[in-house]
Amino acid sequence: MTKPKFLLFLGCVIPYRLPSYEVSARKVLGKLGVELVEMPDFNCCGFPMDPIDHELALTLAARNLSLAEQEGLNILTLCNGCFGTLNKANKTLREDKELREKINGNLKEIGMEFKGTIEVKHLVHVLAEDVGFEKIKDSVKKPLTGIRVAQHTGCHLVRPAKYVTHGDDPENPTMLKDLIKLTGAECLDYMDETECCGNPIIGVNEEVPFQLAKEKLEHVKAVKAQALITVCPFCHMMYDLNQPRIERTFEEKFGIPVLHYPQLLGLAMGFTPEELLLNELRVKPTEFLNQISKVL
Amino acid sequence: MSEVKEYVPSVIKADEMDPKFKYEISKMPGAEKIMLCFQCGTCTADCPISRFSDLYQPRRIAHMIQLGLKDKLLSNDALWLCSTCFTCIDHCPQGVEIASLVRVLRNLVAKEKKVIPLVYKELATTLMKTGYVYVIPESRRKKRAAQGLPPLPKPNLEHVAKIFDVTGFSKVLEDIKTFDKVKSE
Repeated sequence: MTKPKFLLFLGCVIPYRLPSYEVSARKVLGKLGVELVEMPDFNCCGFPMDPIDHELALTLAARNLSLAEQEGLNILTLCNGCFGTLNKANKTLREDKELREKINGNLKEIGMEFKGTIEVKHLVHVLAEDVGFEKIKDSVKKPLTGIRVAQHTGCHLVRPAKYVTHGDDPENPTMLKDLIKLTGAECLDYMDETECCGNPIIGVNEEVPFQLAKEKLEHVKAVKAQALITVCPFCHMMYDLNQPRIERTFEEKFGIPVLHYPQLLGLAMGFTPEELLLNELRVKPTEFLNQISKVL
Repeated sequence: MSEVKEYVPSVIKADEMDPKFKYEISKMPGAEKIMLCFQCGTCTADCPISRFSDLYQPRRIAHMIQLGLKDKLLSNDALWLCSTCFTCIDHCPQGVEIASLVRVLRNLVAKEKKVIPLVYKELATTLMKTGYVYVIPESRRKKRAAQGLPPLPKPNLEHVAKIFDVTGFSKVLEDIKTFDKVKSE
């Protein structure tokens, strides 16, 4: 079998704030034989510009897609926002001839063209579809038996369903749950799993996202999950970075460590917490790591 | 949840209604199906933001478009509260892309009212200058090597500037006004 090879689209939030996600993702993908090619050059996926100018956002997205086409490689994103934006742009520009001509008119100015020849995938899709469950299972050297976690798949990985064509159910996403189970950990169900983290509007209003995140943390706490697992830097920042502020605002203690999925998988593969930058999490996973060391 | 307030009806005057507005909107990508909305309210019922904000009601936004209440819509702070979770798009029985309607209206506010939330101006300005929407500090770039990470992809700023020019947004950005936060009640 040929080695899966992807163009890594890092986005903006991860290099700015969350190297722990990048480091852990590169470690586990390397171990699983996925080859990552760095972007030849880069611009933001376009997502943050969509609220103010759709055409600008689409052109920014299309430029990235065109770069990948020139490399002849499918894109792998770690961020739900980048995935959603690039994937939707890829699909709409393929299907809508009029829109494609307009955007290609813009790209012509910089000597580029969108052709629609590559696919956009998120880390979760690459793990589930290109690497496969068997291979991941084989890579687990230290199963996290007895560890109980909850997952937050996030919105742009599964919605809008008409644009996301990777076979997960937006009403009850199971791909990330299945990937978690491969580590040996138990993945708990909880109330309103598909609820949005609220982070995209935090720059204009803090009250609503904080209430949403507080409710999520309450539901996760109610099922006694030892950690929450995310696959998006926006969601991660909302639950980890903002957790102490949410605790202060609502005078409620959560203390729930929030891990990027490749950190959880990495632990089960035998990487050390230091190698996976678990020390960089805002909510210290000390107790969680104690529990893990008991089962290993 | 906030307490239920007494309902005060707001009277719509005929001259506030622009009968062509819905047709203009329906030409924008994502807003094509606005005329199919029959006001069932599924979008509002399933909206996570509406649960915590009386101000943000996607069903009302769709109705206001149909009625042609353009001025009221474009000065409505609630537009900026959609978190783009896209639940409304998935749940609409008529296939109306509600969240895309909100995006179309936001875009119109930027273009016609020339005002956007400050955060978006900052993101756009940083993107134009650096290719990334956040200023990634030199210390962070240096730390990457120590963490065994390759250097960050270098942005093509010439291309980015050209894209801002050709879409007309660098012009819009020049004299755009901003506001800071939006209330949810």
